[in-house]
Amino acid sequence: MSLDYENDGEFHEKLIEEVLAQYPDKFAKRRKKHLSVASDAGTEEIEGEAHAVTECDVKSNIKSIPGVMTIRGCAYAGSKGVVWGPIKDMVHISHGPVGCGQYSWSQRRNYYIGKTGIDTFVTMQFTSDFQERDIVFGGDKKLERIIDEIEVLFPLANGITIQSECPIGLIGDDIEAVSKKKAKEHDTTIVPVRCEGFRGVSQSLGHHIANDAIRDWVFDKKEREVVTTPYDVNVIGDYNIGGDAWASRILLEEMGLRVVGNWSGDATLAEVENAVHAKLNLIHCYRSMNYICRHMEEKYGIPWMEYNFFGPSQIAASLRKIAKHYGPEIEAKAEAVIAKYQPLVDAVIAKFRPRLEGKSVMLYVGGLRPRHVINAYEDLGMVIAGTGYEFGHNDDYQRTGHYVKKGTLIYDDVTGYELEKFIEKIRPDLVGSGIKEKYPVQKMGIPFRQMHSWDYSGPYHGYDGFAIFARDMDLAINNPVWDLFDAPWIKDEPLAAAAE
Amino acid sequence: MAKLRQIAFYGKGGIGKSTTSQNTLAALVDLGQKILIVGCDPKADSTRLILNTKMQDTVLSLAAEAGSVEDLELEDVLKIGYKGIKCTESGGPEPGVGCAGRGVITAINFLEENGAYDDVDYVSYDVLGDVVCGGFAMPIRENKAQEIYIVMSGEMMALYAANNIAKGILKYAHSGGVRLGGLICNERQTDKELELAEALAARLNSKLIHFVPRDNIVQHAELRRQTVIEYAPDCQQAQEYRELARKIHENSGKGTIPTPITMEELEEMLMEFGIMKTEEQALAELQAKEAAKAATAAQ
Repeated sequence: MSLDYENDGEFHEKLIEEVLAQYPDKFAKRRKKHLSVASDAGTEEIEGEAHAVTECDVKSNIKSIPGVMTIRGCAYAGSKGVVWGPIKDMVHISHGPVGCGQYSWSQRRNYYIGKTGIDTFVTMQFTSDFQERDIVFGGDKKLERIIDEIEVLFPLANGITIQSECPIGLIGDDIEAVSKKKAKEHDTTIVPVRCEGFRGVSQSLGHHIANDAIRDWVFDKKEREVVTTPYDVNVIGDYNIGGDAWASRILLEEMGLRVVGNWSGDATLAEVENAVHAKLNLIHCYRSMNYICRHMEEKYGIPWMEYNFFGPSQIAASLRKIAKHYGPEIEAKAEAVIAKYQPLVDAVIAKFRPRLEGKSVMLYVGGLRPRHVINAYEDLGMVIAGTGYEFGHNDDYQRTGHYVKKGTLIYDDVTGYELEKFIEKIRPDLVGSGIKEKYPVQKMGIPFRQMHSWDYSGPYHGYDGFAIFARDMDLAINNPVWDLFDAPWIKDEPLAAAAE
Repeated sequence: MAKLRQIAFYGKGGIGKSTTSQNTLAALVDLGQKILIVGCDPKADSTRLILNTKMQDTVLSLAAEAGSVEDLELEDVLKIGYKGIKCTESGGPEPGVGCAGRGVITAINFLEENGAYDDVDYVSYDVLGDVVCGGFAMPIRENKAQEIYIVMSGEMMALYAANNIAKGILKYAHSGGVRLGGLICNERQTDKELELAEALAARLNSKLIHFVPRDNIVQHAELRRQTVIEYAPDCQQAQEYRELARKIHENSGKGTIPTPITMEELEEMLMEFGIMKTEEQALAELQAKEAAKAATAAQ
């Protein structure tokens, strides 16, 4: 039930020109390659139906230019903040000076079940708090002491990861040797992660490094008897923001699958270790975890499949796609699941679509969301005017063509100036991005939702998530505060009229 | 009190920087100068001949014990040696760990902030090996050493290192005002050593400040943890160091901005002096050798 519309591509082309005109020539030339307007690329047959696709390739995954106010993070953010941090029964040490740990404290609303400080540690913060002498003399001995302390203070922790901050790479500490030594001594899992912030152009390399660390330091390390079924699946790349993974899991289980691992929201180390025994990997956030899926396919022969649990049309399509992999029995169950939730979907759409119909949205997020959430908006009758990735790669933009309509504005690693100008000129009815963009946009009089943290709401995945998503977008867009936006003295005419 | 004069000794590892600098400074103290030596080498051997023992309490080792440098007192790290020369060593990590460069920065900042430079006429930095990173360039930077003395010899690698150090000086010459004081040639008895040293000095827009002849008495003194000035004050070598000290003392403000040369230029120069052979020469020699071998085999 995808919406049929087209954006004003000509207007968007002009907008790009206007923005680039403000830059020095050399810089304009570089930025030009990152901005584009989605163009027609014919149709593609999916499940016997013809779907329009667009071409929205831009240059991506390239170093940001200093001074442009990029929204990107660093490799440490990609490893500690995204991939490793949510694994709940391990202690993650922010290894280096205290700042990186302080500002990544509490994680990204990756919900989890457990007693924090007893058997789970996600929202706690551990740091080696490097001082000058640790830089000069090296920090390996301090790291050993910290590991010993963690073993005493938190006996129920099932392992430790070492998330390297920049200085670790600069002074050449041998955290691998410390990990091996201490893992043997305490008979536990210790994973050194070389995610120094200066590596790579964004958090994206941090995801990759974190994936590689799982491959090298977790897989095939323990002998364990595992009971398997043909229906065992791993959910890969669902970080359980606001409970997303839980809203997804119930759908998969209702259709007869057994979710044996969820990476990495609400995950345990055992789930990660046992992942290699599953029969299928279902990947949601392609960007951050495709690496490990490819590895598991190569080494353990586990196939993987991308899916999308945002909005009823994508959920239904994904459930059917997954079910097809298993055959008629599961397919029938999938249809039953879709039918079961249809009344909920109908009710949500009946209630919110009239309030949101035709509203336009601009997105600027990371990972998978710049494309994955598009159909959820369209299910509510909303249109996407522009979208872009913070740290996407070519394959992300290729996939985006299946989602966006012709004429959509595409912006990669958008600068603060560009994004502000685009929003100012397009004046969408809603912008979905992060905390740093929230207040400038709201000050422009445009409703805003944080699409990294779900603005302290969620879940947005699954059917249950869709109901919350619809409600939240309505709350943002139709908030009466936007009618009060003009200064009172601009409305002097009606006041004068009332005085008469 | 005359303005504080800060100098530094650089040069290839093992060239004899510490020996030369300590002998020179021991001679300088006889000229009535008050001197502070700042050793910038994790090995902490820049003051051994002045103190007649290896310095144990380096700035960084004490700081590590106490928690941080803020917990240190100047007296803890300042030792008095031969004729009142003040000695201090930055110290640093054991080989292969940590960041010695950062240690040098930390130590020098501590010494400055805590008044180690008050009431002396000379501060002399003795820095390890090449200028490998920002930390070891610290003494070249703004408001530190005004003149750098490069200790070198006629050996090829020593010449390479001297040229590299000149590059480091040039980098900071415009922002900070550091100058190249001159080259000190520590004789290795290589071919045309004096001429080569003078030629390089000229190419670097500098001068050979002194040619220190080789003399075993330096080793004899060193075994006794003494400078030649202390061990055998009347010998010829002591005279050489006194001469060097006098020249350095008189060289105040006469440093130059170096003009380092490219690798190719340096190699050309070495070929001119016959130190390095051209490929054709090397090849011809090799052929001659093989021909000779073949001839003996044939017999």
